[in-house]
Amino acid sequence: MDGTTVALVSAVFFASIVEFTEAFTIVLAMGVTRNWKSAIAGTIAALVALAAFTAVLGAAITTWLSESLLELIIGTLLLVFGLQWLRKACLRASGHKGMHDEDDIYAEQSREALEAERTTYRGIDLFAFMVSFKGVFLEGVEVVFIVVTFGLTADSLAMAIGGAIAAGIIVISLGFALRKPLSQIPENTLKYGVGIMLASFGTYWAFEGMNYFRDDESLSWPGDKLALIGLVAAWFAVTRLVIAALRPSASPASTEATV
Amino acid sequence: MNFLKAFGHFWYDFLIGDDWKIAAYVVGVMVVIGLLVGHSVLGDTATLLLGTAVLMILFAVGVAVDARKTRG
Repeated sequence: MDGTTVALVSAVFFASIVEFTEAFTIVLAMGVTRNWKSAIAGTIAALVALAAFTAVLGAAITTWLSESLLELIIGTLLLVFGLQWLRKACLRASGHKGMHDEDDIYAEQSREALEAERTTYRGIDLFAFMVSFKGVFLEGVEVVFIVVTFGLTADSLAMAIGGAIAAGIIVISLGFALRKPLSQIPENTLKYGVGIMLASFGTYWAFEGMNYFRDDESLSWPGDKLALIGLVAAWFAVTRLVIAALRPSASPASTEATV
Repeated sequence: MNFLKAFGHFWYDFLIGDDWKIAAYVVGVMVVIGLLVGHSVLGDTATLLLGTAVLMILFAVGVAVDARKTRG
């Protein structure tokens, strides 16, 4: 396994940990406050929908896109996702946005679940089913997208899927063992790290995909894949400078965000 | 109609997210760099470094604008 594959699998693994943790909080709130059968049914329905989405996305990407167009489109999308994650991380670390807190989200979801009307269909509580379905599907789509795009572009789909499955097993095992939101997982720091990786791989692939606009010679990064190390360092430096510049003199930011 | 609206909303949230500026400047930079590459205006390394630097500057400016809004 080379360095690029290790970085790719790590990015997929940590992105999946973050998304699965968020989905688990929603399903746990529905199971505890409403009905476990309905929450689990919603989760299974979302997993089936995600499997269909993965098959369609994978087939569409491999059938219709040339290698350079694939890099251009996927790189651009990863760049957009990565910069969205980094933007939030910078705003949180500089005290301009509240920290993501699974305990708060669990409390809010539980409160809404207790207040919602109870409508059932064949023994399934529709509110718990729909909220669980939506939570798992929306968080899962992002994981699927990262897995499929990273896997196909770096030609390591099996490794990327393995990283996501490992993350899923860890989150579900921890969740069932603790039976409470996984607020100990340092989500804000993980999101920051994953944002750096997405932005770096996105920059690398999007610009390499510019080969689509010319046929005669290929556009390649100096040092080839070693350039990724430079991109990671550069995005890290830029975000630290942004955080330092935006942080008020007496910042309320927590220690997690400043790591 | 409701389904179409929800479908459109989902994809907007997924692709554009909380801050439309990011998608706008990323696409803008890609178009400009695509034109530079297509017309061979600069060397490869200069094009890559220019594109990366412009993205980083726009990111920093975009976050600073959002931070100022939250203060105001």
